[in-house]
Amino acid sequence: MLALMERIRAFEEQAILAAERKLVLGAIHPSIGQEGVAAGVVGALERTDALLSTHRGHGHTLAKGADARAMMRELLGRAGGCCGGKGGSMHIADFSVGMLGANGVVAANIVIAAGAAHAVKLRGETRVVACIFGDGAANRGTFLEGLNWARVFDLPLVFVCEDNRYSASTATVSVTGGEGPAARAASLGLPVTEVDGNDALATRAAAAEVVARVRAGGGPAYLHCRTYRQTGHTSADAAAYRPEGEAAAMATGDDPVARLRETLALAGEDGLEALHDAAQAEMRAALAEAEAAPWPDAASVYDDVQDVGSPALAAY
Amino acid sequence: MGRMTYLEAARAALAAAMRADARVWCLGEDLGRGGVFGQYKGMQAEFGPDRVVDTPISEACIMGAGLGAALMGTRPVVEMRFSDFALCAVDELVNQAAKARFMFGGQARVPMVVRQPIGMWRSSAAQHSQSLEAWYAHIPGLVVVCPSSPQDNHDLLAAAIACDDPVVYMEHKNLWGLEGEVDEGAAPVTLGKARRVTEGADVTVVSWSATVHAAAEAAAALAAEGIGAEVIDLRCLWPWDQAMVLDSVRRTGRLIVAHEAVAVGGFGAEVAATVAEHAGDALRAPVRRLGAPRSLIAYAPNLEDRLRVTAAMIADAARDVVGRVAA
Repeated sequence: MLALMERIRAFEEQAILAAERKLVLGAIHPSIGQEGVAAGVVGALERTDALLSTHRGHGHTLAKGADARAMMRELLGRAGGCCGGKGGSMHIADFSVGMLGANGVVAANIVIAAGAAHAVKLRGETRVVACIFGDGAANRGTFLEGLNWARVFDLPLVFVCEDNRYSASTATVSVTGGEGPAARAASLGLPVTEVDGNDALATRAAAAEVVARVRAGGGPAYLHCRTYRQTGHTSADAAAYRPEGEAAAMATGDDPVARLRETLALAGEDGLEALHDAAQAEMRAALAEAEAAPWPDAASVYDDVQDVGSPALAAY
Repeated sequence: MGRMTYLEAARAALAAAMRADARVWCLGEDLGRGGVFGQYKGMQAEFGPDRVVDTPISEACIMGAGLGAALMGTRPVVEMRFSDFALCAVDELVNQAAKARFMFGGQARVPMVVRQPIGMWRSSAAQHSQSLEAWYAHIPGLVVVCPSSPQDNHDLLAAAIACDDPVVYMEHKNLWGLEGEVDEGAAPVTLGKARRVTEGADVTVVSWSATVHAAAEAAAALAAEGIGAEVIDLRCLWPWDQAMVLDSVRRTGRLIVAHEAVAVGGFGAEVAATVAEHAGDALRAPVRRLGAPRSLIAYAPNLEDRLRVTAAMIADAARDVVGRVAA
């Protein structure tokens, strides 16, 4: 688990570096500080389970088993990227490991997840669908529609709120009425579990329990993971809107990677430094390889739009 | 072969597809009781509530769920009740369903049909009467179908369900009761092929959906006057049959486009522009576009009627362009 979290952290650090070097051309939304949720929740899924993620989805995607090198190529828009360079960071996906896509629109994945789970039920499969969204998503209508739908049709769907306290650059609590997302989920009849998302082991345990219950036919569930976004909304956002010292205090006092490392060290585990070093080396190599990769074939911009009425047949 | 209404023909096509393929299912509001117009009547009894699904009034979730279920290998038919209500689900259709295959680099297919009944019928006012087909024709990734006859509503719905791309399927509410002979065993049709409704040497009239019937009526009146109007029913707006239209205009030298939707920014403008680009040298008269004024659809019958494109208007436009030919 620590190895995965070190890999996510290292991936994000290299991605930020790549953005600073103008190798990543569009916006990226780093998940530094949120690795406990990715490793804890996604680690509780089977490879055959489906996952829908957010614009801040690198960690979830790595945790589901996607290839870091193909992901880094995608961030750089290069050939061999997991989406052929067409999606970039915000549309990263790897269907081969059940990762059905990050999403550039907040809360849009909730209703898509409802349909994915509906198909699982319709086909009588034992798969579970997990849908991760942020605290800001609870203020979109699709949160109500999707959670209600899952309850009404009793779907095998785990809703995961990755609560990092910020809706882009606005404190979520300042724009959220009532008692917040978990209370809203409870009001729709979903069992709610809350966990400290920066405690990766506790998150894993909570997620495993929830996923098992859903897989056993218990219907949809809601898991609320409290965490913290240590970076700005994007890698280019200095996040001056946050209270002075808040991010620094979280990074030093409540960092999920450091916490797990400390817990394992106290338990006498060794080789922890080697995990860190291996992750750093892997992601440095992934960036170097991506940087050396060619651009996609320009003609591929006409591919995979549609079969019927393909623009490749009548490109203006 | 048998007589069927436009509504019954689509129902027969959907039921046949569901019998043939367990992956096909449909979801929408009030489907259990047959749908708001009866398009699904009796289907829940045959296929059960798991495949003919009564949903909450949650258009965004109906559309989004269709997409999610398509990504997982099923072939959903999504019912939006009125195309006007699909506007509650534009993110799910335009930002998500239309883009999923491309954004994810071809990892996904979205074999989903979105039924969006369009058009004016009577006194349904501004939120139950629109024809917004041009919006969807503008969106890469979507196929747009607008059937005008019972046979086409059978064949095109079958083709839409068989299609691996998301299809916006726009039936006209005023045509539900239209009867015609329907061959349920007809050969599969290709989406994007138009139908020549009448032949004529003097003017090409391009139309689709309910306005095709006005155009055919105009053509009959014009024929009695010795004017040959070639009426083309596009049937699909994306892809659309440019070849048939260009071929016709090269023969007639005159083009009228006629549709119920607002003329400004309507799909008729796309047809006119394409003809200007590729057959402009064949034009013997200016192109005429007939569509609704850029006003809102009203409740009172006389107000509503002011917005309609009628057979008389099409015939007048044809007489006009034919009369304008330089001697």
